[in-house]
Amino acid sequence: MTQPNNFGFTEEATMLKDSARKFFADNFPTEKLHHLVADNPDPERSPGFHWEPELWQQMVELGWTAIAVPEECGGLGMPLVAVAGLVEEVGRAAFPCPLLSTFNTCRVLQNCGGAGQPALEEIAAGTAATLAITSVDGSWNPGHCGVTVRDGALYGTASFVQDAGKVKRFLVSANGDSGLALYWVDADAAGLQIQTDGIVDLTRDQATLHFDGVQGEWLTDAGLAALNLAMPAIWTLLAADIAGAAEWQLQTTVEYVSVRQQFDHPLAFFQAVKHPLVNVMVQIDQTRSLLYNAACAIDCEPEKSLQFAHMAKASASETAALASGRSVQCHGGIGFTWECFIHLYFKRQKHSQVLWGDAAWHRARLAEILIGPAAA
Amino acid sequence: MSESARKDTPEQADFRAYCQQWLAENRPADPPVRLPQSALEIMTNEQLDYLQAWQKAAYDAGLVGCDYPVAVGGGGRTDCQRVANEEMLAARTPFFPNVIGLGMAAPTVFYHAQDALKERLLPRLFSGEDIWCQGFSEPGAGSDLASVQTFAERRGDKWVINGHKVWTSLAHFAEWMIILLRTDRSHKYDGLSYFVVPIRSALGKGVTVRPLIKITGETGFNEVIFEDLEVDDSYRLDELGKGWQVAMTTLLHERGAGELQTPRSGGLKSEATHTISSASLINLAKESQRDGACAAYDPVLRDKMMQMVIREQGLAQNNRRARVQALLDHPMRLPLQYKLLASENAQDIASLALEVAGAGSTLYLNHEGAPDRGQWPMAYMNSYGMTIAAGTSEVQRNILGERVLGMPKSK
Ligand SMILES: Cc1cc2nc3c(=O)[nH]c(=O)nc-3n(C[C@H](O)[C@H](O)[C@H](O)COP(=O)(O)OP(=O)(O)OC[C@H]3O[C@@H](n4cnc5c(N)ncnc54)[C@H](O)[C@@H]3O)c2cc1C
Repeated sequence: MTQPNNFGFTEEATMLKDSARKFFADNFPTEKLHHLVADNPDPERSPGFHWEPELWQQMVELGWTAIAVPEECGGLGMPLVAVAGLVEEVGRAAFPCPLLSTFNTCRVLQNCGGAGQPALEEIAAGTAATLAITSVDGSWNPGHCGVTVRDGALYGTASFVQDAGKVKRFLVSANGDSGLALYWVDADAAGLQIQTDGIVDLTRDQATLHFDGVQGEWLTDAGLAALNLAMPAIWTLLAADIAGAAEWQLQTTVEYVSVRQQFDHPLAFFQAVKHPLVNVMVQIDQTRSLLYNAACAIDCEPEKSLQFAHMAKASASETAALASGRSVQCHGGIGFTWECFIHLYFKRQKHSQVLWGDAAWHRARLAEILIGPAAA
Repeated sequence: MSESARKDTPEQADFRAYCQQWLAENRPADPPVRLPQSALEIMTNEQLDYLQAWQKAAYDAGLVGCDYPVAVGGGGRTDCQRVANEEMLAARTPFFPNVIGLGMAAPTVFYHAQDALKERLLPRLFSGEDIWCQGFSEPGAGSDLASVQTFAERRGDKWVINGHKVWTSLAHFAEWMIILLRTDRSHKYDGLSYFVVPIRSALGKGVTVRPLIKITGETGFNEVIFEDLEVDDSYRLDELGKGWQVAMTTLLHERGAGELQTPRSGGLKSEATHTISSASLINLAKESQRDGACAAYDPVLRDKMMQMVIREQGLAQNNRRARVQALLDHPMRLPLQYKLLASENAQDIASLALEVAGAGSTLYLNHEGAPDRGQWPMAYMNSYGMTIAAGTSEVQRNILGERVLGMPKSK
């Protein structure tokens, strides 16, 4: 199969991206984000999170949660590249919401056959969901999980669950008798305890889920295949979030170094300031180009999607690190304070950098594809 | 690594099929002599003859100048040079010798010269019969190009040129030179004019070309001395004093950021030459040993090689995205990155190849059994030509920071 020259980024995708950018600019300026999430600087504050459920509800009403759901399940079935364009804008706004998690869940449900259909219909109707598939050691291999099925009920622990406090449903992986099974679990289910993690990132929430005989809807026993098939899209969408956030970091920092004067010049007059910011731009552009290529491959050239998605997330993790480091350093003392907005993005990016695999991990997987196994 | 196949326009699809067929039937024989790594290091007439014959054949077949109008010797097609380039790359044809002509002189002449001059100069430029060179740099004017001092003095409808150009690639084979000259010493940028000058016919009569030896031991660039060389006013491309604007057209295309796609052939893989790419780097690792095991198993080297694979793919995808309006923030943001990234990627790939080759990287072209015939150390040294020529990496970063990100100018 071949990829279209324009990554399949249609007029419709452009309109979606533009309207998302406008939505966040109108409704959620960075001051508002700071006011909302940064009320308590105490590093020992009790774990918790803030968000604006009313704005999220508006996003749902705009149909954004349905764009990744296939048409036959009541969604819009937009190509992944269009979804990635929207996610980039969520990242640019660092908006706390379960949109990315819901998209990720859709990608897995699509691989669950008929059993996944009711869940997809729920999402199309506006229900937010997330993946509970990570073990306590934080393994990025979706085959490692800390939940077990016994007599049709779930026992054990799922860790590092994203947006857990903002969703109604969990897609849970569990070791069963015939392989890795997937279950669709209600957030209010009996025997499920959601323990919010204390995390650095103020724009997200994360939790540890304890299962003690929880009942859920069985989706499939071929869970590993379903997850593996979805991972390229999950990495690619996160890369889009990172690219959007990094562009905010770049533009905000460029503005600052162009205005602040030292030694009778704006800071950007000095190449020790200017050139690293050009490097940030270059790194962002690599990530953007690679993530559209990966998204388009997932839409149109599936045989290449795995390697292209590894490239996109490896590049994105580097972008997150570079843009974050420069944004603080170039702001000097003010950049080191709680009051300067750049810490919000710094923390979101450091979280994204390691979520679903860091750069070295993705490069190691890529090497297995392009060179072969690591040892004889 | 190959780019993914893309959808062509109907014209491109027809032309692609034609190129494939022509290349299958007309692939040039292996060269009779060792070829250099790029056209900028052509040293001997044997090398030049072989490469010129190839460029002429490709031009006669319609694979060069595809998007220029028929009237100036082009193919009159729309966005087809890209297609020809992709097919020539895939067919691993030799590179073209007239690179300065195709990449810089042709678009400049096309956009700025009178029709009669275009019709006279461009067909022989495309065919490679006339080699071109670029006389911009001088001993005192490198990164600060607008400070050139080589002077043209007006005498009736003639100009008399005196001065000293340096690092002039291909001048030793060139018929023509594009040249930036000072016509007014009282204005820096507004005191410049831009000419095309026939230099071969003037050798010994006002023009002296002296080869300079490069870091690799090769020749390829020269110094060119002008002593009272008389040139006709009809060879001036600018409105008097507007030479800097014309030079911008040249520089934009030189850096891969111009409107017109440069005809590019290359990727010839033979006993004599090889390409700088992450794919050849991985091959080298598979053939090299490290601590008694295959170097391709070494986790640190694998990680570094994958970094290069990703950067190479990133550049290819940038070039693709540069043509998708909806995914661009600033029209020059990707085009102006091209030269910086292509040269630094090549440098870092070559540098990593030396690391992969280990002790073997000490062996050069003159050592039987050197890894990849000693091409990597040569490629590594030559890569500095790429990060210095056509605006150094530092100058490129200034331009990107100022023109694209809008940061205040540095000195
Ligand atoms: C292989 C090769 C082929 C070439 N072919 C041609 C040719 O065909 N025709 C032609 O006209 N020229 C040619 N050149 C010349 C080339 O364009 C110049 O070498 C280049 O513009 C740099 O100028 P310079 O050598 O005077 O170095 P300088 O300008 O003296 O620079 C030296 C160092 O200082 C840095 N530097 C300079 N100014 C700044 C600044 N403002 N900020 C930060 N750093 C700065 C540079 O980046 C560089 O690292 C060629 C050069 C090479 C290496």
